[in-house]
This record gives sequence, C-alpha cells and structure tokens, in this order.
Amino acid sequence: MKIWATIWAAITISIGLIVLVGYFIELPILSVVKQVLLQWSIPIAAVALLVGIANLFTVHWRKASGGQKNSIYSALLIFSLLATVVVTGFFGPTAPWSLWIFNYIQIPVEASLMAILAVALALAAVRLLRKRLNLFSAIFLATGVLMLLGTAPLFGITLPGFHGPFGVRAMIAQIPAVAGARGILLGVALGSVATGLRILMGVDRPYRG
Amino acid sequence: MILFGLSGTNLVGLAFLLLFVVFMLVFAFLTRKRPAYNLREIPVFRRLGHAIGLAVEAGTRLHLTLGNGNLSGTQGASAVIGLTILERIARTASISDRPPIATSGDGSLGVLSQDVLYNAFRSIGASNLYKPAGGQVSGLTPFSYAAGTLPAIFDEHVSTTILSGHFGSEVALITDASDRTGALTLAGTEDLPAQAVLYAAAQEPLIGEELFAAGAYLNAGPLHTASLRTQDVLRWVLILAILLGSILKFFQII
Repeated sequence: MKIWATIWAAITISIGLIVLVGYFIELPILSVVKQVLLQWSIPIAAVALLVGIANLFTVHWRKASGGQKNSIYSALLIFSLLATVVVTGFFGPTAPWSLWIFNYIQIPVEASLMAILAVALALAAVRLLRKRLNLFSAIFLATGVLMLLGTAPLFGITLPGFHGPFGVRAMIAQIPAVAGARGILLGVALGSVATGLRILMGVDRPYRG
Repeated sequence: MILFGLSGTNLVGLAFLLLFVVFMLVFAFLTRKRPAYNLREIPVFRRLGHAIGLAVEAGTRLHLTLGNGNLSGTQGASAVIGLTILERIARTASISDRPPIATSGDGSLGVLSQDVLYNAFRSIGASNLYKPAGGQVSGLTPFSYAAGTLPAIFDEHVSTTILSGHFGSEVALITDASDRTGALTLAGTEDLPAQAVLYAAAQEPLIGEELFAAGAYLNAGPLHTASLRTQDVLRWVLILAILLGSILKFFQII
C-alpha cells in the first residue's frame, strides 16, 4: 500500500510542477505538455461529477430503502433524479419538457430557498447581538443597516445623503470596504500559495491511496 | 525582456514562489523541535479540540462540510484545508460510536473526503469500521448543496458542524440549521461575501486567512507551521512593497 502512496504522490507532484513551471517559463514544449495536462483535467472533472451523482444516489437509496428518519425525502430525491435523467436523456436538454422541469421546478425551489435565506440572514444578525455583543459586532451591524438604507428606498422615501456617488453607501463601499477586502484577499492569496506549495512538496496529500 | 523563456513579470512571480519555499524550509528547520511555539491563540481551534473530545465522550457526531468549490480553481485551497481538518478530526474521533461525516457540493471533493476518512480509519487499524456514506455529496448546485446538507445536521446527532471550503451566502441556511439543533458551528472560507455571512451566523468564525492556519494549530506537521510563519513574513514584505509603490507613485517617480 505504501508503494502506491508514493507512486500517487510522485505523479501528482510531477504533474503539478510541469503545469507550474509551464505557467512561468515560456518554452514551446512545456506549453504543449501543460495544455495537454490541463485538457485531461476536463474529462476527469466530468467523471468526478458522475461519481458525485452516483454517491448522492447511493446515500439516499440507502436512506430510503432502510426506512430511516425522513426517508420520504430521500425517495422523492431519487424519483426526481431519475425522472430528470430520463426526460433530459430522452428528449434532450433543451427540449420543452426538460425546460419545463428547469423553469417550473428548479427555479421556483431555488427562489424559495433564496427567500428563506433572507430571513435566515436577518435572524443571524439578531442572534449576533445576543451571542457576541462587542464593538466589532456593533460596527458590523451598523454598516449593514447603512448599506441597506443606501441601497433601497425606505417605504418609497429616498433618504438624503445616502445615495449617489458621494453618499454614505458609496463612501463605505469604495473606501473602508475595499481597503478591508484587499487586506483579507492578500492573506487569502498567501494562504492559497502556501497550500499549493505544500501539495507540490507532498506534505498535504488528500489523495493518498 | 525575455531571459531563458522568462518574462519580467513571470520572473518576479517565480522568484516569489522560490522565496516562499526557501522560507518554509528554513522555518521548518529552525523550529523543528517546537513547531507550534509562539503561535497566537485562535479561539476556534481551542474550541474545536474541546468539541472533538466532547463528541467522543458523549457519542455524538462531528460534521464537516467542505463547500461547493471546484478543486481545480482558486476555491480549491480552502477545500484542501477542509480535508486536512477532516483528517485530523477523523484520526481522533473515528473510535467514537458515531464517527465523523463529511458533506460536500462537488464530486471530486466527495471522492477525496471518502479517501481521507478511509485512510484515517486504516491508520488506527479500524478500516472495517469505515462506511463510504461517511463522505457524502449532498448536492451539486449551491442551493441544492445547502439544502442537501441540512438532513445530515438534523438527523445524524451532530454536536459540532465545521464549515471549511468555498461557500456563497447560502451558507446561512447551514449555520441556521446547526444553530437550531444546538450544535456548535465553526466556520471559515476564502469567499469574502460568505465571510461576512459567517461572521454573523457562525458561533466561531475564522476571519480572513485564519482558515489557512488550521494545519498548524491542529498539529498536522512542521511544514504547516513553517508555511504559516512564512505567510506572516511575506505579508509584511508585500505590505512594505505596496507602501513603497504608493510613495514612489505619489512623488511621480514611477
């Protein structure tokens, strides 16, 4: 088993290094190899998607057939999955029946979840006051309220000083928000580089066999 | 100017990466005896340690959700960190009556989470206890992923939900469900809008790059701590470079 782990690591590190070096050094041979390797990743990602669907099906099949708690939802998911596969597979993805599923089932369901999300976010803001009442939470909530007031008119009334290029909303969005976001993004970028390098060095190996 | 197939910008980029590697190796060597020495306290990781112990004792489950980011994109790094966290908690909590489960919104993440869990079980000599359903793909679009994760929180006796990966604002549905079951929610992501949501919605949010420090705080190895120290040093280098650039620009030198 250990020999396989070493082989997987060697393959991953070599491919990663070839793509990375090909990104920096403009040599024709490296460019071709990099392109070929990147093209291979497309069908691999598609297969991973199929594996994901198979995993989803298996987990819910087990729940539905085992009569576990809320198994009716799992049965409904399997039925919907199979019905969608049959309809889009038989008629094609742009056929009226396939689009009907998309327009009259998927979009309304996702829109409903979006509406629930608005309530969940408002609730989270209220809970924040209860759980972590400190200066930063107060600034966070006050900024949120100011941005809301500057984004949408309050009962049809446009508040003076909130809108326009020099309004409160624009000032917050363009100065402190951008400065803060750039600081965070800088840290995230460094963290991403560190993670990538650890994978290339074989330290992080989520793939070991 | 192109030198050995390297343009000026690419040369700077490559030099930066090489500098990163050199710093990592130097820090790993210098702190090899006490890798975790002098790390500032991040409360999330202290609470995670308590949560793992509590879950094992109380027979409850730890749930880690890896987001719906694509591993081949810029969102992949936070998911890889999630897999590191999964490995650390699985090694400790796999002996529990209810071993940890992982949910994700991407096929490749689902496969990798199963692999990580299997290896964790195998490393403690309990590969017979491994169940593939421990690594689940809960949905393949952002909202279906969030909705599919809810049953794992409601039905699996979860005492702690850890969110690590790429999320959108729909992550509030997951944290809300976790709150309603009374579970502890620890969360970090690289996505800025989701960070804002998690700041309000999670009990213990990881701000900014704190998520990328997870490996160092969970004792994943000396190179994790070394890379964290390297990030700190290079952050200051970048800040100084930005300030210098601004001054030179202000005086119209560049």
